[in-house]
Amino acid sequence: MLLIPCPYCGERAESEFSYGGEAHIARPADPEKASDEAWVDYLYLRTNTKGVYFERWLHAHGCRRWFNVARHTVSYEILASYEMGAKPPKLVTESEI
Amino acid sequence: MDLPQNAFKRAIGAGRTQIGLWSSLSSSYTVEVIAGAGFDWILLDSEHSPNDLESVLGQLQAAAAYPTTPIVRVPWNDMVMIKRHLDIGAQSLLVPYVSTAEEARSAVSYTRYPPAGVRGVADLHASLGYPGETANPKVKPLIDDAIRRIRRAGKAPGILTGVEADARHWLECGALFVAIGADVGLLARGADALGVDIIQECPVTGFRIADGRVQGVETAKGFIKAGKVGLAVAGHAGVMAGLAGFRLPVTSQPLQALVSEPIKPVLDTVIMSGAVHAYVSQSDKGELVIGAGADRYIGYGQRGSFQVSEDTLGAICELFPSFRRLRMMRQWGGIVDICPDASPIIGKTPVEGLYINCGWGTGGFKATPGSGWVFAQTIANERPHALNAAFSLDRFRTGYLIDEHGAAGVAH
Repeated sequence: MLLIPCPYCGERAESEFSYGGEAHIARPADPEKASDEAWVDYLYLRTNTKGVYFERWLHAHGCRRWFNVARHTVSYEILASYEMGAKPPKLVTESEI
Repeated sequence: MDLPQNAFKRAIGAGRTQIGLWSSLSSSYTVEVIAGAGFDWILLDSEHSPNDLESVLGQLQAAAAYPTTPIVRVPWNDMVMIKRHLDIGAQSLLVPYVSTAEEARSAVSYTRYPPAGVRGVADLHASLGYPGETANPKVKPLIDDAIRRIRRAGKAPGILTGVEADARHWLECGALFVAIGADVGLLARGADALGVDIIQECPVTGFRIADGRVQGVETAKGFIKAGKVGLAVAGHAGVMAGLAGFRLPVTSQPLQALVSEPIKPVLDTVIMSGAVHAYVSQSDKGELVIGAGADRYIGYGQRGSFQVSEDTLGAICELFPSFRRLRMMRQWGGIVDICPDASPIIGKTPVEGLYINCGWGTGGFKATPGSGWVFAQTIANERPHALNAAFSLDRFRTGYLIDEHGAAGVAH
């Protein structure tokens, strides 16, 4: 079980959280004018990274707040957690994964 | 003059098993090749092959130089036919369509000089097995029985099969001469397998793409040039797509299963519950095979989380309270690629010539063999087969999703 550091409550067991998928996916700024391709990109396409991945979690059975986590998808090591809206931290480059 | 010895007849007379090969290619050249391969006997077929007396003669001559016994299957249980084959030197004959004792007596009489028969030369093994249709499971017990009865009667039963397990089975039943293959089948399978390479322990490191078209695959052992590439890599579909420069509507998640200690038979079916989210069946070894959901998050770690096993076992105990005392022996996790609509993707990618077959994480073992055929056809014809046309990557643009969560009966 993952031990997830909620930025507001501290480290808690994974079972308190629910998963929100890939982080930093921006909804098309002008939905009326967005192309089909832009919608596919927004709704469905995911990087599905093997390595350091930026993802969203919800502290569902705690403070009920969303936040971001940087986690390695092979070792499952959590490298950082940070608030929604914040830029992803500089951790490791692609070549170091 | 000493008559030539018939090694085959002596061997089966002594109860020694004889392994053979069926030859239909009607060529002395082919017979010369296979005669040196170590088979005890080779059947030269002139019933269902374009053989005539002259071509059989050439094949008998070709086989004569090798330690193998050629057997000729004559076209019919016919006095003239049998006489002429014996005259060109065939020592062993397989006579087709002998279905009554009277027909058997006739066949033998054609090989004997009077008064024993109408001809007769050297010796002919008196009884010849008749290879029939063996694929039908209803036929098999009849064949088993016939072999045993022929053997009990002191005769030599024989059979042709291309299936090794069947050959072993009929040898155990007492068959004395068994053809374990046919030259036509061997040639066809061998030719089919040429040019196919399985390269293990060799990861793909990239794709060479020019003007939007795939040129080949970069691997740890070098470049493989290819005009078309099929991508069927299960949990790593997203990683490979990334190397080719595009993204997929796929997430890779660990999915786990567990096996209990073996117990006596208690379940004769697969129990699956979408309500409590678990499935259980019992293996032939008696172990309960239990699964388990996927972890919620993306992971390539090839292990599942403890709480998923715990939830699954809780669900199983709810369904079957009597299983509560069982201990789990093994647990493992694999990486499954899951589409948002729980259906696979079989078809083209944004890279021309690069085809993909992925997204089977929800129900793969049920349909992946069939998907191989339509995937092959899609690659060969550069357009999908009717069965997989709807499973295109493009469905995520058009909106024609195939929501099969319910059909899959799983809840991840």
